[in-house]
Amino acid sequence: MASNSEVGGSSADYETMMSTSDVELLKRAWRNEKAAPEILQYEGALVERAKEQIELVEETIEDYVENGKDPLVVSLYQMDLDRTQFLLRSYLRVRLLKIEKFMFHNLKSEEAERRLSEQERVFATKCADDLAKHFEETVLLKLPQNYQSVLKQSAISEVDDMVPQPHLETFVVCRSNNFVSLNLYEEGESPETVEMERGDLYFIRYKIVKGAIESGQIDLI
Amino acid sequence: MAGQTDPHISLFSPQEVEFMAEDELVEIVPNMNMEQLNFISGDFGRFIPQIPTKVPLWLAVALKRRGKCSFRPPGWMSVDNLTQILEAERESQSTFQALPFSYVEIARLLFDHAHDDIPDKYMVRSLVEDIRDVRLHKLETNLGSFQGTSAVKISNVSAMEVNIVRPFVRRALEAFYKHDKPEADVDRDTRSSRQQREANNEPRRPLRQR
Repeated sequence: MASNSEVGGSSADYETMMSTSDVELLKRAWRNEKAAPEILQYEGALVERAKEQIELVEETIEDYVENGKDPLVVSLYQMDLDRTQFLLRSYLRVRLLKIEKFMFHNLKSEEAERRLSEQERVFATKCADDLAKHFEETVLLKLPQNYQSVLKQSAISEVDDMVPQPHLETFVVCRSNNFVSLNLYEEGESPETVEMERGDLYFIRYKIVKGAIESGQIDLI
Repeated sequence: MAGQTDPHISLFSPQEVEFMAEDELVEIVPNMNMEQLNFISGDFGRFIPQIPTKVPLWLAVALKRRGKCSFRPPGWMSVDNLTQILEAERESQSTFQALPFSYVEIARLLFDHAHDDIPDKYMVRSLVEDIRDVRLHKLETNLGSFQGTSAVKISNVSAMEVNIVRPFVRRALEAFYKHDKPEADVDRDTRSSRQQREANNEPRRPLRQR
């Protein structure tokens, strides 16, 4: 029942990709999402496949129970199902937590918005609207004219400084899947690089590895 | 959700770290007949008495608790190997010996559920605990020698150990980075006139933390 991920990458990666089960992919997505300070790309296809498999196994278990199959086997299938369900639910929960935490930022920034699923976007908009309305009714409308915005501290602020942004400079622990060489600093500053062999563990600034995580070269631990 | 709001506690709870470790494959010897199991996470079996087979740790523990199998302790868990590793850990102040990433969790689960399958179990247990102590102590002392940097290499540190030190190291490194960076900005403007002190103020080369 372990279905395979999509084909892609070089031939060496092809082997690993073809043998990576959905559960492992889901585990990786869950781990990355938990460790990353900002919300990551929604793995829509993976979640759909996982949901299908879970439903299938649930039906199978019901059949087994009705047919009086060995209760040991049934309980083992149930355990595997529970584990997969936990991964899926925790993954979605972590994302929801991040959406709530950075609600206004996610709706403002296009990049972040692209990473949400359809339902998450609906949730985020409704949540933001409700929150804004709540603030306005309880506090903001009673403040003087210039301070009534939910997003800005006052009318003279140039940017939306009331919006908490994810802290991208935080440090994360990561492990690399391949040899990868990363530029430590931004463009224009002294170009120092750090080179990671396969399997090395590093404490590193999130910003540096952000791109590599998206392309799957690095995992967060 | 652990660690999301409070930076003082770990990102993953110990149970979650154990959950991640439970997918590791271990060898068991079943004592009963069972057909192949087609799980979402993979296919395991067939189970034939006395024929060793590899299954995930969670499945092995479940079977063991129901008396359906016995464990084959992993190769690294022998008294000889562990003694060697303990010696090496004690000798070196800055490097960590190569151990399986989830060795703490695997050892703990085996001791809890399958201690009768481990030869010299008391010896093995005390060795594993000593190794853990030495490594944690090493981590703590090494933490005091960080410098301002953007990337720190930690080789052969295990999952549990990473999870324990993560909150502290994170905040320490962030503080270092924060204090180094504004000096680099200032420095950019006056670089031409302050050649001499440039080397000191720019963020230092990442140390190879082993």
